[in-house]
Amino acid sequence: MDILYLLIPLSVVLAVAAGAAFWLAVDGGQFDDLDRPALDVVVDDDRPAPRRTP
Amino acid sequence: MSGAAPPALPGAATDCFHCGLPVPAGAAFGFDAPGGGRAFCCAGCEAVSRAISGRGLDDYYRVRAAAAPTPQPRHDAEELALYDDAAVQQRFAREAAGGSREAALLVDAMRCTACAWLIERVMLAVPGVVEARVQLDSRRAVVRWDPAAGTLSAAIAAIRALGYPAWPYEPRRAAEADRRERRAMLRRLWVAGLGMMQVMMYAVPAYIAGAGDIPPDIARLMDWAGLLLTLPVIGYSAAPFFAGAARSLRHRSLGMDVPVALGLLAAFAASTVATLRGTGAVYFDSITMFVFLLAAGRYLEFHARRRAGLGLAHLDRYMPHAAHRLREGSAVEGEPVAAALLVPGDRVLVRAGEALPADGELESPSAWVNEALLTGESRAMPRERGAGLLGGSVNAGSAFAMRVTRVGPRTTIATLERLVERALAERPRWAQVAHRASAAFVAGVLFAALAAGLAWLTIDPERALWVAVSVLIVTCPCALSLAAPAAMTVSLGELARRGFIASRGHAIEALAAATDVVFDKTGTLTAGRPRLLEVVAFRRRTGVHALAIAAAMGRGSSHPLDRALAAAAAGKPLPRVDSHASTPGAGAEAVVGGRRYRIGQARFAGELHGKPAPMAWMHTADTVAWLADEAGWIAAFRIGDGLRPEAAGAVAALHALGLRVHLLTGDEPAVAHRVAGELGIERVRSRASPEGKQDYVRALQREGRRVAMVGDGVNDAPVLGLADVSVAMGEGADLAQLKADAVLASGSLADLVGAVRLARRTRRVLRQNLGWALGYNAVVLPLAFAGMVTPLVAGIGMASSSLVVVANALRLRGRG
Repeated sequence: MDILYLLIPLSVVLAVAAGAAFWLAVDGGQFDDLDRPALDVVVDDDRPAPRRTP
Repeated sequence: MSGAAPPALPGAATDCFHCGLPVPAGAAFGFDAPGGGRAFCCAGCEAVSRAISGRGLDDYYRVRAAAAPTPQPRHDAEELALYDDAAVQQRFAREAAGGSREAALLVDAMRCTACAWLIERVMLAVPGVVEARVQLDSRRAVVRWDPAAGTLSAAIAAIRALGYPAWPYEPRRAAEADRRERRAMLRRLWVAGLGMMQVMMYAVPAYIAGAGDIPPDIARLMDWAGLLLTLPVIGYSAAPFFAGAARSLRHRSLGMDVPVALGLLAAFAASTVATLRGTGAVYFDSITMFVFLLAAGRYLEFHARRRAGLGLAHLDRYMPHAAHRLREGSAVEGEPVAAALLVPGDRVLVRAGEALPADGELESPSAWVNEALLTGESRAMPRERGAGLLGGSVNAGSAFAMRVTRVGPRTTIATLERLVERALAERPRWAQVAHRASAAFVAGVLFAALAAGLAWLTIDPERALWVAVSVLIVTCPCALSLAAPAAMTVSLGELARRGFIASRGHAIEALAAATDVVFDKTGTLTAGRPRLLEVVAFRRRTGVHALAIAAAMGRGSSHPLDRALAAAAAGKPLPRVDSHASTPGAGAEAVVGGRRYRIGQARFAGELHGKPAPMAWMHTADTVAWLADEAGWIAAFRIGDGLRPEAAGAVAALHALGLRVHLLTGDEPAVAHRVAGELGIERVRSRASPEGKQDYVRALQREGRRVAMVGDGVNDAPVLGLADVSVAMGEGADLAQLKADAVLASGSLADLVGAVRLARRTRRVLRQNLGWALGYNAVVLPLAFAGMVTPLVAGIGMASSSLVVVANALRLRGRG
């Protein structure tokens, strides 16, 4: 059970890391448009995707 | 395209493949493409479709959910060139990474996500464009381009060529704030959600383990981990609630954030103390989940409100950025300028299909304009020299010159937007009642929570805090204070979309409660322009033939009577007129088919043959035009102010809604009774003085009737002010001068009926909302008091009760 002394703090760190990742994603505009990008999967398009800036 | 059989492409044989309009018979627009031949309604559609095909973007047709807009021919080279001007670009473009520039565009007519995809692809194909993003819901596109490799105008032209109107868009501060708000809410939601999930991981073992199963030091470690992860949730995600509570306490009032903040603080403080001391219960899981539910509720509510408000704002998006300013004395020569630089007195050339850059007066002899954005009327309207023109309307005819009278914030469109904003800002009575009620309610909630806590201290001290927190949270009157604003916002937006601009907060309320509709002035029911009402033929020729002669004699004339005759004879073949001479104030004489005719006043026309005028309409208030030849009288035309085409239907609909309809007018009894009779209005007061009108309205109100008054809003302000709610016919009037609670911008009485219906639906929704909010609290309060509601259930209940209210208000949108 001693491993819990490591795993519990580690889970806190993980949660914080996930929070930071989402934070950056929101600030990068990834959640600004929830409609259009869904179409990219449906459409046959062999050319490179439009470049996006974070 | 791959070698496999191409998917079946939509589009029936008789409908345009591109825009879905019927293909006219004999049209020869089309080409063969993989998947079958394509037929088009016009060359424009064919060209666009060929371009789409040529770029390998046929997928658009496969995935689109709605037909494309029909491309319109445009002559906008000069306007486009202006957008590349550095000074003009300063207003909407900014520097971006690597020396590139970025601009926001407003793209109209996008109907589904496929449109957005298509536009993105087409823009990226334009030389110099590095990045293009299209947002469907806000109808915006962001384009980043390299000024060294290409121009912005090329990108805009590419969008327009597809048939989507596009302009540079000045991101207003409000829109920017809106985006920041949305992002902050999402971040709060994420933080609370992650915290909730992880804290629950630490809490669950304690719930399912038996006594002594978990070593005490591990249990303490998990409490500490829970505390650590709850800190950002309380400190960041819940910050708006604490800020709101602090704000309302500073103003010595009890807002709805107070009980929420209090409950959170109490639970958090107790849990933290228990963690530090190592004994006692911790509630971190409940706290984080509650904050998450609150944040989710606020986020969804924000979305719903934004959607509701979207129709209201941005009326001025139709204002063009560029204008063609004419040089003094010239009718065609000039230079393009930014629309913002125009000043009253400037002369501007508006080409076919262009939007008017400002309010103004027509300088050319005539023009056709489409004022759909203001009135909802999609047909083009004729205007004559000197007539007022509205900025943002579209030139539907050929090019014309106009003199600018009002620019920028003084234009009609900008005024309208301010009127609507004022109505939104004013709290109508029912909203004030709800607001006051919720303040009293909060006090009651605080008291109830205290009482519950004290009571449970004697019953079961372990659960006292827990019950008090549940009571605080579950009975928060969020739904109560949201009930009215949500319904009002949606309703105002929906009304504005239909051409009914409520400029006062109480307009909807009073309109819903109205029992009597009083039309002030006959002019509110009549069209305001002469129309042929009746023809009497004195010979055995038909009236139609006489009408053809009369209309032919007045062809090309701008005299109102001639135009009324011409309008009545529209579409009929007119005989050729050989010689024509008009005598101002009397009539006209002409030779038609070898015979000499006169039309005009009885004396003038009678001189041709010398016979006495027959008896006809001796006591009419209308104008009578007589037609005669050398042998005698032929026909007489009664021309007068005709009824609005929709008036009869509107009056009948008002009757059907249970409203009494009155006509109050200063006109002669003959005219008033004719109008009232044709419309089925029973209550008529003619030859009424302004004082008489006021007495009439007061008398109605003394009987307990609620009066809605419809007038022109300009010189009948006193009597309009007396009515419970006043509606001004906004056709062509200066809206800023109108003294009315609401403006019927469409000028159509049918929209008045629609507004009454919507106002009544709004009232119904509002009552449902208030009933729901009160009922919810009445049910959950005893439950929470009895300790049967956990803080978690309390959070869910509170958030969903608010959402129900907003969702109910959204029902007001969109339906007939």
